[in-house]
Amino acid sequence: MALDSPQSKNETTARQKWMSLLAGARKERLDALFPRDRRPSFTYLRKPETGLVMLRGRQGGTGSPFNVGEATLTRCSIRLANGTVGHAFVMGRSHEHAVSAAVCDALLQGAENAQLTEAVITPLAHERAERERQMALKNAATKVDFFTMVRGDVD
Amino acid sequence: MYVAVKGGEKAIDAAHRLLGEERRGNPDIPEITTTQIGEQLTLAVDRVMTEGSLYDRELAAVAIKQARGDLIEAIFLIRASRTTLPRYGYSTPIETSDMLIRRRISAAFKDMPGGQILGPTFDYTHRLLEFEASETPAAPVETGPADLDRTMPRVLDLIGAEGLIEAASSTSGEPGDLTREPLAFPADRDLRLQSLVRGDEGFLLALGYSTQRGYGRSHPFAGEIRYGEVAVSFTPEELGFEIEIGAIDITECEMINQFKGSAGVPPQFTRGYGLSFGQCERKAMSMALVDRALRVRELDEEQTAPAQDEEFVLSHADNVQATGFVEHLKLPHYVDFQAELELLRRLRREAQGLDQEAAE
Repeated sequence: MALDSPQSKNETTARQKWMSLLAGARKERLDALFPRDRRPSFTYLRKPETGLVMLRGRQGGTGSPFNVGEATLTRCSIRLANGTVGHAFVMGRSHEHAVSAAVCDALLQGAENAQLTEAVITPLAHERAERERQMALKNAATKVDFFTMVRGDVD
Repeated sequence: MYVAVKGGEKAIDAAHRLLGEERRGNPDIPEITTTQIGEQLTLAVDRVMTEGSLYDRELAAVAIKQARGDLIEAIFLIRASRTTLPRYGYSTPIETSDMLIRRRISAAFKDMPGGQILGPTFDYTHRLLEFEASETPAAPVETGPADLDRTMPRVLDLIGAEGLIEAASSTSGEPGDLTREPLAFPADRDLRLQSLVRGDEGFLLALGYSTQRGYGRSHPFAGEIRYGEVAVSFTPEELGFEIEIGAIDITECEMINQFKGSAGVPPQFTRGYGLSFGQCERKAMSMALVDRALRVRELDEEQTAPAQDEEFVLSHADNVQATGFVEHLKLPHYVDFQAELELLRRLRREAQGLDQEAAE
């Protein structure tokens, strides 16, 4: 499969951001924000298919890599009628999630970027940040406050 | 030796139907769903993913239900399922330093930057059965006065800066992969760690415990245990740049162990490393103890204990292999056994013949 047209660093960064949000979204949520009937017509370059990715870690957390174990990964590539190609690589086994993510990836590269960013990407980004904030607040309550016991009163 | 035996098909079908009925239990009681297992038996799911060596919560929940809660059977099912799927590639190494922290404790330092975050833990519970807990809704969770820092410094870096602990290893080259090449000995640390992650929790727990009791002492301190969420990144060929494909929950344990020095290097603490999917904390701790014990060659220590013998440890840590070999004893060995029976009868006849000769 041919590489996409060369992109500037900034475009790659924006694309990495939306691909991350699309992959990390719960599939029910992505369905709600981008219902299937909103998909424009497209052709499959690669129909959704599920395989594995070997996850790597680092010895001692920061040292040389080692293979930890695998995870399921679903991929899909599509082409819009205007020729734009969209890709999706999404952990898990949901084909529909990968199709929606690939279609969004293609649309976000074109004229519909602003509209789709507002409808899908911005809400996903807010929800991710809010979920992380809620998690951090709950965990903050479990932070230990040490105090030193005073032995008797010293006058 | 096995011999094809015919005639069991009807019995096997009936046995499997009976298994299905037993699995379902009393039909008057609602059937549990795999979603419930995924949401409420999370630590069972975490163990099946870790030892099944496949991160997929839904598949692990299906396996646990199908296996009637027998986790080794569930792990077996996951390993079998994994072989049906193609491999698309290797992830970028996950960065546990960037973990979205849910729990982070150190038994070595009280006041480290970021603090001690207990998170969801059984520690400090009274281990009394709470009969009401199964029926009443959980009390609302408190929230802290302020957010935590999203990420936290690594505890071992605090002493690493002074050179008091060895650096995390940095070897070059592609890490070995025991799902591609069978394990051979001696095995390097990358392969030992891969093997330990999928190793049986009970076996590694016992071996780790043995090192604490003196069989290959290494004087460990739990330098840092952290549990939380890390992003997974992958570089697809068709894109040519790295993208995040999701996130996983992971537990990491870094043990600080007693010193090692040499003529050229002043004494330093040494490291043991443990990692598991989900919140398998006991597993990550046990793994860190065994990883350190297995570093005997590298650290030029004397091998005296079972936990230091890599061939013994790694050849017996995999519970799917172990259960396969132990449980195969149930399969028909009729011809083998007949041969032994014949041999024994002949030996006894001969022995009796000799006795008679001696008596005459």
